[in-house]
This record gives sequence, structure tokens and C-alpha cells, in this order.
Amino acid sequence: MTTTTTRQATPQKLKTSHASGGWGSPTAYLVAFGLVGVCLAPVLYIVLGGFRTNSQIIQSAAGLPDPWQIDNYLGVLTGGIFWQQMANSLVAGVGTTVGVVVLGLGASYVIARYPFKAKEAMYSLFAAGLMFPMTVAITPLYILVRNLGLTNTLAGIILPQIAFALPVTVIILVPFLRAIPRDIEEAASIDGASRLGFFARMVVPLSMPGVVTVGILAFVASWNSYMLPLFLLSDDALYTLPLGVQAFASQYSTDTARVLAFVSLSAIPALVFFSLFQRRIVGGLTGAVKG
Amino acid sequence: MNHAPTAVVDVPPEPRPAGEGATRAPSPAARPRRTRRLPWGKWAEIALLAGPGIVVFVAFVIFPVVMAAYYGFFRWKGYGPPTDFVGLQNYRLILTDPVFQDALAHNGFILVMSLVLQGPAAIGIALLLNKRMRGRALIRVLIFVPYVLSEVIVGIGWGLMLHTTGAINDLLTRAGLEGLTRDWLADPDVAIWSLMAVLVWKYIGFAVILMLAGLQSIPEELHDAAAIDGASYWKAQRYITLPLLGPTIRIWAFLSIIGSLQLFDLVYVMWGQYVAATAGTSTMATYMVVNGRISGSYGYGNAVAVVIFLISLTIALVYQRFVLRRDTAGALTGGAS
Repeated sequence: MTTTTTRQATPQKLKTSHASGGWGSPTAYLVAFGLVGVCLAPVLYIVLGGFRTNSQIIQSAAGLPDPWQIDNYLGVLTGGIFWQQMANSLVAGVGTTVGVVVLGLGASYVIARYPFKAKEAMYSLFAAGLMFPMTVAITPLYILVRNLGLTNTLAGIILPQIAFALPVTVIILVPFLRAIPRDIEEAASIDGASRLGFFARMVVPLSMPGVVTVGILAFVASWNSYMLPLFLLSDDALYTLPLGVQAFASQYSTDTARVLAFVSLSAIPALVFFSLFQRRIVGGLTGAVKG
Repeated sequence: MNHAPTAVVDVPPEPRPAGEGATRAPSPAARPRRTRRLPWGKWAEIALLAGPGIVVFVAFVIFPVVMAAYYGFFRWKGYGPPTDFVGLQNYRLILTDPVFQDALAHNGFILVMSLVLQGPAAIGIALLLNKRMRGRALIRVLIFVPYVLSEVIVGIGWGLMLHTTGAINDLLTRAGLEGLTRDWLADPDVAIWSLMAVLVWKYIGFAVILMLAGLQSIPEELHDAAAIDGASYWKAQRYITLPLLGPTIRIWAFLSIIGSLQLFDLVYVMWGQYVAATAGTSTMATYMVVNGRISGSYGYGNAVAVVIFLISLTIALVYQRFVLRRDTAGALTGGAS
């Protein structure tokens, strides 16, 4: 799949024909530097703002911390709300990821390797899901979850998130599973493994790269999810970080420095996660789009 | 394929895929695959593996969308079964509501401006980053940071910066450009451009990453050949890179269009429930939430969802029919057809 091929082609095969020497043109660096500056400046504003006091911010909104203050960050970190919302986000994210991987692998495996007529229809069904964004389904989804008695539970967030992540998951995983050679399956079957045993012992390990990609995509989507929790959660003890950040920002709207500290801290998990898995996230996105 | 289970041992060897028979034919144990598996067992496996996924998907994706179409015909407060059937009345109200028409126009503006502002810039940046450069990998990671941050973080951070007493106006004042300070969020002439700036800032990294992946799939030899034939850098980009990047550009544009039509999070975080309409940044989705969920008119909200869906679907189908169709003929020949 394109995920792997593009990544491998990247580092060595650079376009040397029009680059002069080892460094390239200074214009390129200038533009790149400006671009990175524009991308990072707002992030820096948020992070540095958390190190200032409100009077510093009122005096000059765009200034640097002088002197540096860590009270805002300490206040958020010792406050409890932050950690509770972080835990909620983690539960929702891990639950969604595990669900997507388990259900997605099962469905993709059937589509990829079972010889039966309806599998084309199954694939089309999941692929059609790409046309149904959560925005369209959110109002009836709220009613459905309420009728199931799952409002104000994290399960009420996790189940729809799994469902909406399945189309991309199936589309990414099916080619992975198709690529597993038939010979391995036959060898396993001669050795007495049932097809389910083959699935558990061979398919799952062999499709790990694809599984990691869909898992990361599902986790990041859940971590940043806003609309669904906004509709389904009214109990602030269950707020995930996006909802919590917004609630905090409106509750402490006059305490800008504290809001900025809260916002920065809530961004850290996503940024750490991203820097750990950036190759896979980028590869997964381009793969998902092109595959 | 459908042998009776009892005939397993005695069936003559099935014709096997080429290349397989040569090595295994001597072994009598190499029976045709699957004949020893009972059909009901196969179906049980399929149900076990695919069943949960299908159930969850149908229950939480397909079913709600279908119910939206049903609820849309009722005047309904969301409690008990809907009984007050009003036919197409909700749809008539939506399409004649000037507030919805404004929202639709804003979506259209965002759609066009996203393509116009992000497309050329993303291609240019990708071309630049595709050259030999120190620190290229790091640059690529850094410009992707805004895309990873959640819409809520971006919305709150930018909301504070664009506030009348925020960082942007402060910077302008300190640079001696007081004449340029604005109420970036509330002034209806400016607000949608502020939104566009934030959207471009947040999503251009994604476009650049896609374009870079597309550029890297273009064979090096084509550029070498063009250089030997004496083509300038720009000519090579115009006549080789751009046409070959076509499929990537068209897919990115498709995603951008769908995203523009569904836009909700950023607007709702930055402008809230009420201000978006007066500031001129409301979208169909914020209209749906404000007039459906928040005002308790669930029938109406569902009808708005159906309208959004139909508009998105129509645009998506037209786009696929007339634009993406070329890519199915093969990327390399796409330009010629």
C-alpha cells in the first residue's frame, strides 16, 4: 500500500537535478523559516501566555513573560479537574481504539479472505459510511443514545466513535489482509490450525502495521472529538478534555493566563502522542486518502 | 466449492492455482482447502468476526442517518414518539429562512476560499520542501503541528489572540499600525476572513503533507529527462509535476470541499451559539445545532441535517462524476483523456 512505499522512497531519493550543492537555495530556507514561524507562533503564544500574569497580559497581550510565573500551571496541575478530564479522555480514547481495532479487524478479515458473495456488499456498506459524517447523524444519534440510556456515560461516546471510525479502518485494513499470502494460511491449516486460530496467531501479528495506523487515527480522532461529547455529556464529571477546556475557558474568562495554562497542558498529550507516532500518522493519512 | 461434507476424503483433487501443484502434488495429505470445513462453521465464523462490526456500524451510523430522514417530517420536541406529522413544512421553513441562506452562503464562501487559498500555497510549499534541504524532516513535522491540535484548543487560542485586546491588535499597535486594528471576531466585514485565516493555518499542513506524498511518487527520471532536454525548472514543474500531481490535488480538493460543508467545531468554539450568525460566520452545522438541539426542535434539526447531507452528497457525486472520474482511468493517462 502507498503508506509504506512512499515512506521508503522519501529519504534518499531527493531531487538533485536542480539543487545547487548540499544546502539548497537560501530563499527556500527563508520561506520555510517564515512558514514554520507562522505555524508555531500561536502555539508559543498559548504556552508562553500561561507563564505570565493577567496584569502582564492586560498590559501587552503579545509580550513575553517577565518575570516568568509558574503559578498558573501549578494551579491547573494541582486542581484535580485537569487530571479527571485527562482520565476521561484516556478512557474514551483507549476504548474507541480497542473497539475499532477488534471490530475492524474482524470485519476486514471476512471481507478480505472469506469466499462468499455478500462480501462485496459488505465492503460497499462500510465504504458508504464515508459519506455520512457525524454532523449529519448527530441529532438522531443523540436521541438513540438517550433511548439506550447511555447519555452521560463514556460508553455512549465510545460506541458511536467506533462506528464512525470503521469505514476508514476497513478501507485501510482490507488491502493489508489481502496481502497475506495464501501459502501461510494453507501451511497453518495443514498444521491443524483452524481458521480462527490462524486469524488470532498469524493474521493479527502480520497486519500490525495497518492496525497501528488505524489505531492511531482512531485515538487522535477520539482525543480531539468535540461535537459528540458536546451533545451527549452534560455531567461535567465526565467531560473529556476538549469539553473541559471550553468549560474552563468560559468559567475563568477573566483569568486569561490560567486559561492559557490549561489549554497548553491539554495540548501536551496530543503533541507527545504525535511526535511519537508522527511517521505513522502522516503515512496513515496519506495512505487513507490515496488507498 | 460446495462439496458435501461426507465426500471430503474421496473427492478428486480440485484444479489448483498455478504454481501450487508442482511442489505439493506428491503428498497425499494435501487435500483441497476448505472442503473439510462445514458450511455452517464458515457462516458462524463470518458472523463472529464481522457481526459485531456490522451491528455497531449499522446501529450508530446507518440507523441514525435513516432516522434523521424520518424525524425531519415531524414537528417534535424530542420526547415520546413523534406524532405531529408536518410533511415538507420543515424543509420549506429551512430553505426560506434568511438565516439558513446566510449560513449556506458562508459555507460556500469557505469552500471556495479554502480551495483558492490553500491549494496553490500547499503546492508551492510542497515543491519547496521537496528540494534538497537541511532539516526538511523537522520542518515537515512542525508545519503539521496545527493539524494535530484539537479544534477546541485552536479555537480558544485564536479567539484570545483575535480579541480586541488580544495579541494581534497588540502587535499591530506596537508595530505602529494602529490603523489596522480591528474587532477581528465581531466585525461582520472582517470576521469571516479571520475564520479563513484560522482555517488555513490549521489545515494547510495536511494539504502540504498530501502534496509531498504525491510529489514523491513522481519518478525522478522524468525530471532528469526534462533537464537533459533543456527544460527550465519552472517548465518542468508546469508540464511534468502539476499534471502528475493531479490525482493528489483532486483528492485533497474533495476532502477540503466535504470538510468545508460540514464545518462546525471551530466556528462553534470561537463564536459560540449566538454570535456566529451576527458576525457572519455561521455555517449550516452551527445553524442545525442552534435551531435544533438548543431550541429543542428536534424534528427541525433533523431536517437541517438532511439538507446538509443532500447538499454534500450532490456536490460529492457531481465532483466524483466529473473530476475524480479521470483518476480511475489511471493517473498517468488522466491528463490526456
